[in-house]
Amino acid sequence: MSDRETRGNRIFRLSRRKALKGLAAGLGALALPRKDASAAFWESFFQKHFRELGRAEIRDVVSRLEKEYGATYGKPVKVKTTPPMEGVLYGYGLDLSRCIGCRRCVYGCVGENNQSRDPQVHWIRVLRLEKERGVDLEHAEHYYNPANVPEAGHFYMPVQCHQCENPPCTKVCPVQATWKENDGIVVVDYNWCIGCRYCMAACPYGARHFNWKKPGLPAGEMNPDTHYLGNRPRPVGVVEKCTFCMQRTREADGRYPACVEVCPVGARKFGNLLDPESEIRFVIENKRVFILKEDLNTQPKFYYFYSV
Amino acid sequence: MKKVWAFIKGCFILLRRGSKLYYAWVYLLLALMAIGVLAYANQLYSGLITSAMRDQVSWGFYISNFTFMVGVAAAAVLLIIPAYVYQWKPIKEIAILGELVAVSAMVMCLLFVTVDLGRPDRFWHLIPKIGILNFPQSLLAWDVVVLNTYLVLNFSIAGYMLYSYYYRRQPNMKYVTPLLLFSIPAAISIHTVTAFLYNGLAARPFWNASILAPRFLASAFCSGPAGMVLMFQVIRKWTKFRITDEAIFKIAELIAYAMFLNLFLLGAEVFKEYYSDTAHLAPMQYLYQGLHGHSDLVSYIWTATLFNMTAFLLFLIPQTRENHITLNIGCVLIFVGVYIEKGMGLVIPGFVPDVLGDFYEYSPTSTEVLVTIGIWGTGLLIYTMLLRIAIPIMNGDFHVSEDGIHPHIGDELFLVRSPGEPEQDKEPDLLAQ
Repeated sequence: MSDRETRGNRIFRLSRRKALKGLAAGLGALALPRKDASAAFWESFFQKHFRELGRAEIRDVVSRLEKEYGATYGKPVKVKTTPPMEGVLYGYGLDLSRCIGCRRCVYGCVGENNQSRDPQVHWIRVLRLEKERGVDLEHAEHYYNPANVPEAGHFYMPVQCHQCENPPCTKVCPVQATWKENDGIVVVDYNWCIGCRYCMAACPYGARHFNWKKPGLPAGEMNPDTHYLGNRPRPVGVVEKCTFCMQRTREADGRYPACVEVCPVGARKFGNLLDPESEIRFVIENKRVFILKEDLNTQPKFYYFYSV
Repeated sequence: MKKVWAFIKGCFILLRRGSKLYYAWVYLLLALMAIGVLAYANQLYSGLITSAMRDQVSWGFYISNFTFMVGVAAAAVLLIIPAYVYQWKPIKEIAILGELVAVSAMVMCLLFVTVDLGRPDRFWHLIPKIGILNFPQSLLAWDVVVLNTYLVLNFSIAGYMLYSYYYRRQPNMKYVTPLLLFSIPAAISIHTVTAFLYNGLAARPFWNASILAPRFLASAFCSGPAGMVLMFQVIRKWTKFRITDEAIFKIAELIAYAMFLNLFLLGAEVFKEYYSDTAHLAPMQYLYQGLHGHSDLVSYIWTATLFNMTAFLLFLIPQTRENHITLNIGCVLIFVGVYIEKGMGLVIPGFVPDVLGDFYEYSPTSTEVLVTIGIWGTGLLIYTMLLRIAIPIMNGDFHVSEDGIHPHIGDELFLVRSPGEPEQDKEPDLLAQ
């Protein structure tokens, strides 16, 4: 069943926690001064798991969030809930022969996905590896900072969420706040996550990041085109991660993820694994491809390859 | 129901009575709790940035303490087996004290997990039906279930027995025995599940070893009982409750076996990692030798190893086991040794080096230390309160009076220095069957 149908069907199956919603409204009404803000607080407190929200409830949640973000960042903010497209399974290719380690993808991602600037949260981490040793993570340099890249004797390996087909992170979540959608993207409901960080311990790729502090996101730099499960502003105390820019890639007039778009050497490839004509399928079928930590059976949909 | 209410009321009256020493102790613990609450308020206000945890090392001091306390809770089962499976009288008399340790330790565990949450306001997401408990997929969900079961189980057993003694009748063993027997696998399950919580993560080779659960059990049967032996001596010195040397020496003997197993399993793990010398050796190298210039844990883990080995020898030799000085030294060494080994020594190397080979050396901030002190204070306060009720009841100093309603309180002081050596004259009369 597609996510769209699943979500549709849920409307008829919802009986749980209706009382809570009533309670939320009641408590909101109790606080007379600044009634609106207070009601929003309790509505957000008692908000159900995203996948249990009916269509009308999703509308309520989205309009509440858009209002809240609009007030915080002083501009109209769009919060989309676009479900996965039928017949699409996203895959990502990264050309290690081309990557020069410039980290434009890191900051392109930060700008697109509204990560915290203070403290800095990066969804992509670029490792500098020694050509002599190959992919040897224990000797990876995370904090290389030369005047010019690439550096002689080194190659670079960006790591971000591998959108595993068999994700260890979603399995361990005690409250099902993170799951894999039908297009293969692993998402987090930031309003349901309790911040236990078990998923971070479970992830073999260091792809999950925690908001140790209230994210510092300057209004001027805030990207108002957001997705509920993707790049909308995050609260403190929850885990976040790469979503293949679902606010771009899931739209009918879709765009590439920001990291693909910004890469100056074309090292990043993105597409539909189910489409035999896609670029990512060409890469997999014609290049020397490997996945990271294959022995863990996480089955990443993030393929490293060598073009030369 | 009215009788239960009268019992609870009686308990509250009793809790307010006590010597100056008792009051001083309670106020000290309350002060520690207050410090913890203030530190936690600061953490809530600023976020977990007040801790030293970061994305690389995403669990730290809180989860280390949690893991250790799960072990301490095992103490109960080491008393229940000889007491109720083998019907050994000297330990049967004190088994209830072990159950109360389990209750206090479990409360501490739940507190440690709670303070580690980024969103404690959303704890209700864990409650089945109201929220979503990801059971049986998530081992953390399993842990929530077994820890709460174990807490309720021990609280019910001890509560029911004390309630019965208070009303001067024998507890109905038809109810109690099955629960007591059930508490044995329940105790094993809390360790096993907590070990599996780490064990199941293939991303972390340091934890992803099948030997982890057995190691957890072995070290739990050291630390909890060692803490209890120390506690028992305090109890018999400062309260009117009598605990025989026989019982204490037997516990020490059991600790010796458990420590042997613990050291053996550790040896097996060290051999496997060092001899096979794969990429998975890195965390153990970081822990025992330091790696790439990072060596914060090395001195701690060697202290722990030395302590555990020394204590093992002290407890192995009957002469030192049955000498109060060496016995107590051994207990302190084990408690500290296991606290290091199974706390930070277990949790931190799981994250260093991190999954992408980054080294972030973690050591707790003052906020983390103060919150932890607060939780230890809370645990000790709960245990003190439980003892304040349990000990007079078992001594026959606290029971319902002739009128059947009001409590009779024969022990107004509770904490006083007992005169001389422990005497054997007074049996805890209600326990004698």
